[in-house]
Amino acid sequence: MINTPITKEGIYDLLEAVKDPEVPVISVRELGVLRDVQVIDQRVIVTITPTYTGCPAMDVMKEDIEKELRNAGIPDFEVKQILSPAWTTDWISEEGKRKLKAYGIAPPEKTADIRALKGEAPVVECPQCGSKDTVMVSAFGSTACKALWKCKNCLEPFDQFKCL
Amino acid sequence: MTIQEALFTYCLRRGDDNLILSHRLGEWCGHGPQLEEDIALTNRALDLIGQARNYLQYAGQVEGKGRSEDDLAYLRNERQYTNVKLVEQPNGDYAHTMVRSFLFDAWHLPLQQALTRSKDDQLAAIASKAVKEIAYHLKTSGDWMIRFGDGTAESHQRAQRALDDLWTFSGELFATDDVEAVLFAAGIAPDMAAVKSAFDSTVQSVLTEATLKRPMDAYMATGGRQGKHSEHLGFMLAEMQYLQRAYPGAIW
Repeated sequence: MINTPITKEGIYDLLEAVKDPEVPVISVRELGVLRDVQVIDQRVIVTITPTYTGCPAMDVMKEDIEKELRNAGIPDFEVKQILSPAWTTDWISEEGKRKLKAYGIAPPEKTADIRALKGEAPVVECPQCGSKDTVMVSAFGSTACKALWKCKNCLEPFDQFKCL
Repeated sequence: MTIQEALFTYCLRRGDDNLILSHRLGEWCGHGPQLEEDIALTNRALDLIGQARNYLQYAGQVEGKGRSEDDLAYLRNERQYTNVKLVEQPNGDYAHTMVRSFLFDAWHLPLQQALTRSKDDQLAAIASKAVKEIAYHLKTSGDWMIRFGDGTAESHQRAQRALDDLWTFSGELFATDDVEAVLFAAGIAPDMAAVKSAFDSTVQSVLTEATLKRPMDAYMATGGRQGKHSEHLGFMLAEMQYLQRAYPGAIW
C-alpha cells in the first residue's frame, strides 16, 4: 500500500517494471508505448498506444500495467489506449535501443534516415559481431515488429526491429 | 441514409475486407513455400486482423446496439458480409496469393492515406496507424510481383495468369454508392477517383518493372459490398465461425 501521495513520477518509476512480453529486457516506457501518466485527485490515468495494430503483446502489456498498479495499492486507476498520434520506432529511447542490441535484436534506424528518404536499403549492423555486411532474409520475422536478417561475416541469423 | 448509418456500413466494409483477407492469408500457416514466407504471410494477416478489430469495434460503437467486434465477426452470415469479392477468392498458388495481396495493397494504401485526413477523428486515427503497416505490405507484395514477373518463365507465366484471373475483381475496389456519397459529402470518406489514380500509377510502375502485362479493363465483378458474394465466402465463414456457432459465447 502506498502511504505517500501518488505522484506522476512515482507511477512512471513503478511502471518501469512492466516489460514487453516478447522482448522482456525493454520496458513499456523505453518502448514508447507508455505515452502519458496523469494523476488527478489521486486517480491515476495511464495512456498507452499500440506498436503494431495487431500485436497480441498489447493486451498483455495493458494487463501487466493494471497488475502493477493494483499490486502497488493504487485504488483508483484506468489504462486508456489511444491510436493517435501513431507510434513510431523513433519513440524507442536510446537506452531501449541499447538494450535491444544487447539482447541480440538490431535496433531500428531513424525513420528520417537519409538513406530511407532516398529509398535505399538500410545498413543494419549485426548485433552479434557488429559487422555491417548483412542481408535481409525476410521482411517479416518472429513477431509483428521484427524482420529477419543474416550476418555475412559471422554467418549468424538475427532479428531486426522493423523501422516504422 | 443518415451519416451514422453510412458510417456504420463504411466501417463494416473496411473491417470485413481486412478480416476476410486476413483469414485467407492465415490459411497458409504451415503451408508456405518456405519458412520465412510462411511467417511473412501470417504477419501480414496479423496486421490486417488488428486493423479489422479497430474497424469492427468502431462499427459496433457507431451502431449503438451493443454489438462487439466478435459479434460482428462471428455472428453475421455471408449475405451480411460487405467485403469485396477480391479478398474472398481462394489462395491458389503462391503467385495467386501475392497478386491478390498486391492489388489489395495498391488500393488500400492510397485509401488509408486519404482517410488520415477524414473529418471523423476515429477513422483518421485508425488510418494513421494502418498506413505504416500497409506501406510495408505494398513494398513486399510489389517486390514479389517483380521477382515473379521478371524471374523464370514459369514464375512469369504463373504471375501473369493470376493477374489475368484476378483483374476482374479489381473494379469493385473503386465502386461507389450512397454510403460513399453521403460520407464524401460530409468530408469523412475520400474521393475514390483520386484513390483510383494512385492505384493505377502504382500498378503501372510495378507491372512495367515486373515485365507483366496489365489486363484490359473488361467485365468487372461486383456485388460483394451488397452481400452478394462468390460461392467461396460461405465455406470460409463456416470454418471461421464454427467455434462461436457451436459454442456460443465461448471465450479463452
